[in-house]
Amino acid sequence: MSLWAWVVLAALVCAAFKLAGYLVPAHVLENPRVAHTAAMVTCGLLAALVVTQTFASGTALVIDARLAAVAVAAVALWLRAPFIVVVLLGALAAAGVRALGWG
Amino acid sequence: MGLATGAYGISFGALSVAAGLDIWQTCVLSLLMFTGGSQFAFIGVIGGGGAGAAALATAALLGVRNALYGLQMAPLLRPRGWRKPAAAHLTIDESTAVALAQPEPAARRAGFWAAGLGVFVFWNLATLGGALLGDLLGDPARWGLDGAAAAAFLALLWPRLKVRQAQAIGVLAAVVAAVLIPVTPAGIPVLAAAAVTAAVAWWQYRPPPHVREATS
Repeated sequence: MSLWAWVVLAALVCAAFKLAGYLVPAHVLENPRVAHTAAMVTCGLLAALVVTQTFASGTALVIDARLAAVAVAAVALWLRAPFIVVVLLGALAAAGVRALGWG
Repeated sequence: MGLATGAYGISFGALSVAAGLDIWQTCVLSLLMFTGGSQFAFIGVIGGGGAGAAALATAALLGVRNALYGLQMAPLLRPRGWRKPAAAHLTIDESTAVALAQPEPAARRAGFWAAGLGVFVFWNLATLGGALLGDLLGDPARWGLDGAAAAAFLALLWPRLKVRQAQAIGVLAAVVAAVLIPVTPAGIPVLAAAAVTAAVAWWQYRPPPHVREATS
């Protein structure tokens, strides 16, 4: 399938999940164990995405300028910087490290 | 909130183009998918060389929480007719959080619609702006956009790590993903980490004391 098809299909699946919350009888999803698992899966997915975005290059593990970006982002988040500042500092750190000839 | 959403949307638009989507595909994601975490996940998997199916599955898993938000919002909003799909489409982190922060039911309803519509407008305008900007920038690595993507995921994860159990789950998922990167196709490590996370969270779940009393 083309990238266009996946874009539209993924969007429809996510929209369907939202609608499901309004159509499915409450008791099906009200189970606290389901809510807990859903919250933890969100955390797990994001943590795994941080790792792949930082260290994966195709199917190789590499250490490059992206690690500097994540380190700077972590410090910025620790200091309660807003989202856009964190992202911009990440870009600056990666671009800066590359400009110096590393990674 | 409009300003924060705008900044977030510009990041998404620029990173989506850097990941290899075109401007229109990027805008369709913001219009139709309209849930930031899933959108970032989708472009993250595609940008990392993952298959379309893996990108869809990752985005869908991150979208499950919106169904739980809808469940909380349905009895409050009681939408009928065309308002039901409209309310569903606007059910995201921000609108749910604003609604739940209000003391009165009427204020909760107003907060939901105002936040949902406001974020929708700003998010889509910012996405278009970010996509045009990303298109102008050209080579993503030179501008550090790959570093920005990693930083963005860390920023999405950070506020969810307040609970100790979430920190443990985050470490577990990170290790699973790192171990699998060299031995599986791109996109699979993230899905495998989600599967392990779901299994551990399901079996480790212990209801808080007041719930246990009520159900026993």
